Parts: sequence; structure tokens; C-alpha cells
Amino acid sequence: MRLVTGAGPRGVLARGLGRSYGDPAQNAGGTVIDMTGLDRIHSIDPDTGHVDLDAGVSLDTLMKAALPHGLWVPVLPGTRQVTIGGAIANDIHGKNHHSAGSFGNHVVSMDLVTADGELRTLHPDGPTSELFWATVAGVGLTGVVVRARIAMTRTETAYFIADLERTENLDETLDLVSDGSDDRYTYSSAWFDSISTGARLGRAAFGRGSLATLDQLPAKLRGDPLKFDAPQLATLPDFFPNGLANKLSFSAIGELYYRKTPKAKRDVVQNLTAFYHPLDLFGEWNRAYGSQGFLQYQFSTPVGARAGLREVLTTVATSGHVSFLNVFKQMGEGNRAPLSFPHPGWMVCLDFPIRRGLGEFCAELDARVLDLGGRLYTAKDSRTSPEAFAAMYPRLDEWRKIRNSVDPDGVFVSDMSRRLAL
Amino acid sequence: MIDAVGNPQSLLLLGGTSEIGLAVAERFAANRSLRIVLAGRLSNRLTEAAERLRDKGCSVTVLDFDARRPETHAEVVDKAFADGDIDVTVVAFGILGDQEQAWTDIELAREMAEVNYVAPVTVGVAVANRLRAQGHGSLVALSSVAGERIRRSNFVYGSTKAGMDGFYTGLTEALRPSGVHVAVVRPGFVHTKMTEGLKAAPLSQTPQQVAQIVVDAVARRRELAWAPGAFRYVMSALRHLPRAVFRRLPV
Repeated sequence: MRLVTGAGPRGVLARGLGRSYGDPAQNAGGTVIDMTGLDRIHSIDPDTGHVDLDAGVSLDTLMKAALPHGLWVPVLPGTRQVTIGGAIANDIHGKNHHSAGSFGNHVVSMDLVTADGELRTLHPDGPTSELFWATVAGVGLTGVVVRARIAMTRTETAYFIADLERTENLDETLDLVSDGSDDRYTYSSAWFDSISTGARLGRAAFGRGSLATLDQLPAKLRGDPLKFDAPQLATLPDFFPNGLANKLSFSAIGELYYRKTPKAKRDVVQNLTAFYHPLDLFGEWNRAYGSQGFLQYQFSTPVGARAGLREVLTTVATSGHVSFLNVFKQMGEGNRAPLSFPHPGWMVCLDFPIRRGLGEFCAELDARVLDLGGRLYTAKDSRTSPEAFAAMYPRLDEWRKIRNSVDPDGVFVSDMSRRLAL
Repeated sequence: MIDAVGNPQSLLLLGGTSEIGLAVAERFAANRSLRIVLAGRLSNRLTEAAERLRDKGCSVTVLDFDARRPETHAEVVDKAFADGDIDVTVVAFGILGDQEQAWTDIELAREMAEVNYVAPVTVGVAVANRLRAQGHGSLVALSSVAGERIRRSNFVYGSTKAGMDGFYTGLTEALRPSGVHVAVVRPGFVHTKMTEGLKAAPLSQTPQQVAQIVVDAVARRRELAWAPGAFRYVMSALRHLPRAVFRRLPV
């Protein structure tokens, strides 16, 4: 609280584990509070399924602590190394967005330190709901979340029972998520091909499943069904030269990844790594991109923007910028947070190695995404303009009004808030 | 803020009519419109430069800045930062003049030393203080290959560039802990008004080519860049030539 009320002219900002791809957890010249020291789990209540914990606790820690009680983290993103505070500030989503919504939907209450140094307890409904939903997806600009109560999901096991299948092209991919079959699974997402042009454009490898029940497990796993099972094969060394990440290598790995997924296989039992975090098999996998790094481009389009999405993906495939780690998912209903990213539609995540011309290319993609009625995600964005962001989030002014009422002097600032004029 | 692909949102040009400086501004503006502060001696050329950049969609303010008056530099820099953070600052002013006069005329020599060395140091200190406080940003100093190995033919100019080059090379290290990036860019012969009438040297560049190198240096946070890149090897060789050989070269 002293850090908040005594903030200098460059302001203050809370930072969790720093897994956002851009600048939402940075504050150049100002104060940044490392929240990971605030790491206590106060209580886990197996009866209500609620956990009460500090905002600096990671989802990884929470998962390991809650699993023995048959409780599962309700929303898991592509990494478990995010804090509760970060999960709220970006309103993160996972493969179960179509069935469970985003992280904010599962927050029962939270404690927020506001610019005046006051500690406020916020609830999703009632008199504090406005500030609650401005804090969800509010990228840390309404205050510092210090503690929260989360409604967990009950589970009998820590395993998934999954159906794996491949599609041959973009139409098949979109058909598969549009035929209602996604409703049979709580988790669904796909890797897809953004390099091949023509008939194979948009072909995908789907993994869709649900948490397994005890009787679905094979006998040998039944002895310890709630075991935290997330193996790692090897850690990549830190000497990958730039330029390995190119069209040739990406096409080859993409082909392999696609072939590895069976045409159609039902009821496969998979652990957390296999089903959810396949990249975690290789620690520090991002090193393969070289020191120039890469840029995540995650966008959404409303359902039905088939022709538009095809155009965007064709542009990508013929651009000379290659992306291998592509995720495709059909999202469900959004929530009440003005700056929350998910809305009903298709979500596409691309991952480009940084090269000259990428900035101009992404600006071109921004215009197309805007045209389709889509948007970018704060946790991934590192380069869009204030104008584009404002156009993608029509409720930005509503959010600003709430933020300005609790932080009239702009105590909470980040490099992102400077860049996007939030 | 400078975004992940190297586009700044604000630019300060010290030497607001410098052709290389303006080429840098236009190169950045081609990617995204930005806020530009042009600091230079008030003149029609400066006004025209501001208009040209406004036509490209930038918002431009003009500041009166005279390199010969170091006592005003702190105030100029304060004004430049008055409207918010400056992402990229380019130190682009300098004079060349007649080199034979320069080493025989006290006043000319002093003027060159003041404009090319003293002024970059005074504005450099003032800008560095600002950048350290804001905790981010790039500072680009346009040096010259002439400062790398001093030649008989332009040694007064070369000595001033050697001095400013050394200052910004040291500033690179001093500002590194605060997250501020400094780039020293060393062009060879560039076709500008400053070199009008002179015989173009090998590896000569246009202002636009140098601008591209500056823009890349900002995007990749390079601390030293040659324009063109081949000069790194040429100068490395020249630097190690014995004097007896070097003085006989037609350079």
C-alpha cells in the first residue's frame, strides 16, 4: 500500500510471472511490484470447491495443491506459469472457453488495493461489480489485486479422455467446430497449418476431450488418479542461431506434427502435458527461435466470417512470414468485462519469427481483423496502435470512465497503457 | 513506446533540417504516424521540413535550437520532453566546411569544435538525464567514419567526430543499466547539402540508405552501426595501417 500511495511520477504497476508477450507488465522509469512473493494459499474448501489465495500464487502451484482434494483449475492457458493476479488482469482463457468461459467467470471475490491506498473487496454482482469487471481484463490499471477467492472445478482424475482427429483443409476445420460436436467436449482446440497454400491451407490437428472420470481410466492409473502427471523430456540449450526458424524447417515440423495426429482416434487417455501443454515436453522451447525472438499475433473473428478468415490465412501463407505454432479454437460467450478478449467466434494464434517487414505486415493484418469485426488480445499484443485498439474494443471508453473514477491521477501505468493510450 | 517491431511513437530530431535526420523521420513515418519534435535554427527550411512531415500524417512541433549556444541546451531539451516521453532521439546536426581553412583559421576551427563536439555533449547530457528518468528510449548519434582514423584531408572535422563518437560510445554503457539504448552510427560519404560539390568517395550513401540503417539499429537495439556495413571492415583495415603507408593513400 505504501508502494501505491508513494508512487513517483512514473507510476506503479503489479507484475506476476511475466508470461505476457508484450508490455502490459512493464513500467519504464516507474515502480514495478513483483507479486510472486505474495504466494500463500489461505484455504482450500473441498465442500464449496472454493480456494482463497494470494494473487502471486501461480496456477501451477494452485493445481498441485488442489488436485489431492479433487479440485481442478477452472481455466488453464497455454502455460501454468501465470499468477492469479495475471490471470485476472488479462482475463485469460483456455481450451475450455466454449464450455467454461474465461478466468474472470470463476472469480468469487477479490481484494484490490486502489490508488487511494484503500483495500476493497469486489464481487461480480452487487455494488462493487462495476470495478470488479473493470479489473477483470483491466491489465493492472485499476489497482493491485492482492488476494482472490476462486471457484474450482471438481474432478475425479487428473487425466483427459480425448478424441484426436485431422482435417484436410480450412472448410473441414471450420465445419468440424460448427457442427455442434464441440459441445460434447469441455476442452477443444487445434493446431493448424498456416504455411501450406491452396487445398491444404488451414488443415488442422484437433484434440478435443474432457476430464476423465475414474471408471474411464485404465486400471494402472486408477491407483493414483489425481497424480500431477506432467513429464518433461529435455530442456533445449541456449545456442540456437537466428534463422533456423524458417519456412523449410517450419514446413517440415508442421508436416510431422500433422502426421503424428491420427486421422481419427477415439477415447485416448492423455496426461496434462500430452493433451494440454505438448510444448512443455521440451523445456525452454522458445530458444529454438534464436535471439531475435518471435511475435505472437492472436486475433479473433466473429463466427461465420469464413471468407474473411480464409483471406487472412491466405495472406499469411503467402506473406513470406512463417508461423508454425498456430492455434485455432472456437470461442464461447464473452463475459461482462469491457476489455475482455473472448467473444463468440474463431480465435487464431500465430507466432512469427521477428524479421524486417513484420511490423508492416501485422499492421495490414490489424486492418483485416478490424474489418471482420475481430480484435487482438492484450496478453499477446506488443505492437498495435492506440487507434486500432480503440476500434477493436468499443467499450474502452466505458472502462476508462470506471478506471478514472478509482485512479483519477493515473497512479497505475504500464508501458502498454502508454503505448495504447489506455 | 517503441513497440516489439521497432516502431516509435515519438521522435526528437536535434538538427531539424538535417537531411539524414529527416530521412530517418520519414522512414519511421512510413510505418506509422508519430509525434515529431524538430529542433533547429528557425528558418524556412525548418518550416518546410515540418510541413512535409505533417503531410505524411505526423504531428510536428518546431523548437528553436542553436548548437552554438550550449547555455540554452538544457532548456531546449526540457521543452522537447514537455509533451511526454520521447522514444527516439537523433543527434543529427554538424558542419563540415572548408577543411584547409578550418585548420588555419582559429574561428572556423573553434566553431567546428563547438558545433560538432561541444553541442553533442551538452545536449547528450541533457537528453540522457531525461531518458534515464523515463527508463526507456533510443538515442542515436550520427558520427562519421572520419573519426575512426583521422586523415590529413579533413582532420579538424575528423577530430570533432572522434570526440563525439567517444562520448556516445561511453554513454551507451552508462545508460545501459537504465534500459536506455544508445546507437552510434558511422556513415561514410553521404550525398547531402553538406557534401555538395565534393567528389563522392567510395561506398557513398544516400540519406535514405543511412536512415534505413538507423531504423534497423533502433529495432534491433544495435549499439554500433556503419553505413554501409562494409565500412566496418574497411575502417578496421585502415586503422591498422602504419602511418608511412596511410599517408600515401589517396584518402
